[in-house]
Amino acid sequence: MERPLTGNIRPDHEPLELKDYEQSGGYQALRKALHSMTPDQVIGVVKDSNLRGRGGAGFPTGVKWAAMPPREKSARPRYMLADADEMEPGAFKDRILMEGDPHQFIEGMILAAYALDIEFAYIFLRREYTVAAKRLEKAIAEAYLHNYLGKNIIGSGFNFELHLHVSAGRYICGEATALANSLEGRRAVPSHRLPRQTDSGLWGKPTLMNNVETLCNIPHIINNGVEWFKSLSRSKDGGTKIYGVSGKVKNPGAWELPMGTTMREILEEHAGGMRSGLKFRGALPGGASTDFLVEDHLDVPMDFDSVQKAGSRLGTGTMIVLDDQTCPVGMVHNLERFFAQESCGWCTPCREGLPWTAKVLKAMEEGAGQAGDLEVLEFHTRALGPGRTFCALAPGAMEPLESALKFFREDFERHITEKRCPWR
Amino acid sequence: MLTEEIKRKIEAEIETCPNTQCACIDALQTVQEQYGWVSDESLKAIAQFLDMTVDELDSVATFYDHIHRQPVGRHVIFVCDSVTCWIMGFEDIRDHLMKRLGIGLGETTSDGRFTLLPIECLGLCEHAPAIMIDEDRHWDLDRSKIDIILEQYK
Repeated sequence: MERPLTGNIRPDHEPLELKDYEQSGGYQALRKALHSMTPDQVIGVVKDSNLRGRGGAGFPTGVKWAAMPPREKSARPRYMLADADEMEPGAFKDRILMEGDPHQFIEGMILAAYALDIEFAYIFLRREYTVAAKRLEKAIAEAYLHNYLGKNIIGSGFNFELHLHVSAGRYICGEATALANSLEGRRAVPSHRLPRQTDSGLWGKPTLMNNVETLCNIPHIINNGVEWFKSLSRSKDGGTKIYGVSGKVKNPGAWELPMGTTMREILEEHAGGMRSGLKFRGALPGGASTDFLVEDHLDVPMDFDSVQKAGSRLGTGTMIVLDDQTCPVGMVHNLERFFAQESCGWCTPCREGLPWTAKVLKAMEEGAGQAGDLEVLEFHTRALGPGRTFCALAPGAMEPLESALKFFREDFERHITEKRCPWR
Repeated sequence: MLTEEIKRKIEAEIETCPNTQCACIDALQTVQEQYGWVSDESLKAIAQFLDMTVDELDSVATFYDHIHRQPVGRHVIFVCDSVTCWIMGFEDIRDHLMKRLGIGLGETTSDGRFTLLPIECLGLCEHAPAIMIDEDRHWDLDRSKIDIILEQYK
């Protein structure tokens, strides 16, 4: 089984320096593209590969690229924002990619920039990824030194500048327009950037935003072609996926596997199954803002369409496992408290509704649940659902709550009738 | 308040973008690196340097978790309280830290050595529960490890 994204990654070792990265085939894709492909050919290959965005939404990368305004009539400069602000609770895949192989990520960015005639890019990195920051800084300096960045890149006439921005925190920065506001030195509040960020992003200029894992795929697609990329996958979305598992399993971690590997295979073969004495009750398949899936769903292939069909989202592909000795109400309370805290406060349903759900759940956990609480929670899953708020934060927060009310209803009811948390 | 070195760093940041405001988060972080926190005086100096109003800059400074508008101890302990760490028992780690240090969340020890703060998911979920002290990450924690780790920070 091929593992293009993690081939160079050796856990607990420093990542490959530029010379070693080149020896393992690194920057070959960039040479190939700059010397023998037109930008449109690069876009075409990415489009044909069926690569879908790995940040969580699964939007086809080639389609997003093609939405950038035509280069001839474009406002300048054109920007790229590499979203390295991995803040979804339960997600740690981009950290592994950036710490383990920073040059792969940088090469992906340069290729995207060449394809879309982008002059300037920012890596928007979360503050807590201190190791990734040091390694990226070093790799960027190496890339400038060897003329993979800067002016007239390896004699091609193409110019591209890359800058690392370390964020000062807040989950809401994962929202595309909030991230752009943050980079402009404002509060990270979502805003309208019309008609799309690709037309009017950073400082009103055309801006492409892609996730780390998405960009890491680009060099391999250019090197090995569309058919190879599709053949890596067990689904119609191309490529591999970095899947992760956390919670009380025997061997928590992350693995690069064919896109469409089933939840069962990831859990049992790679994560080693549940710790002894514990049973699987459910999992958030793609991070904190995805709906629970339960035992009946274990054979669902973890690709964007299949997980959606099962009632949840692939999201980041890093699942959080709930065992039978952990309280589902307590888990959902932890999630809603997090979302309430991370609401930017800009729109009322989110600012007011999320703390309310967190308070109701806290009361249940403390034995102060009341008849009617479940209806209050259900009301919120509708009132904070898609279309009711400015951005996707609150609807995302409602996904684990709504699904928990469906799958673990008895547990909620017991909290109210027994006036205590049965797990404490 | 703004040393020549800090000014140089902020100016280098301004070079990377089309106006001065975009450097404000970096400027706040740079000042904090030097002084540990961002005082009202620092805030005024940065605002003036970047041609922003003080209130405008403060609205940014108070939005972000990692800008401290109050003094902190020599070392800041961030305890992850997000979902995987919750499942893996972060409460035990947090309570142990509070007892050991004799402080609550958001407080600083009387000798000025440690400040204890909660933080959202650190992205170390495969090694939960995890904490971060200053720039360093510590994971797969239990009570006994905490005591050894704290000794490293004087």
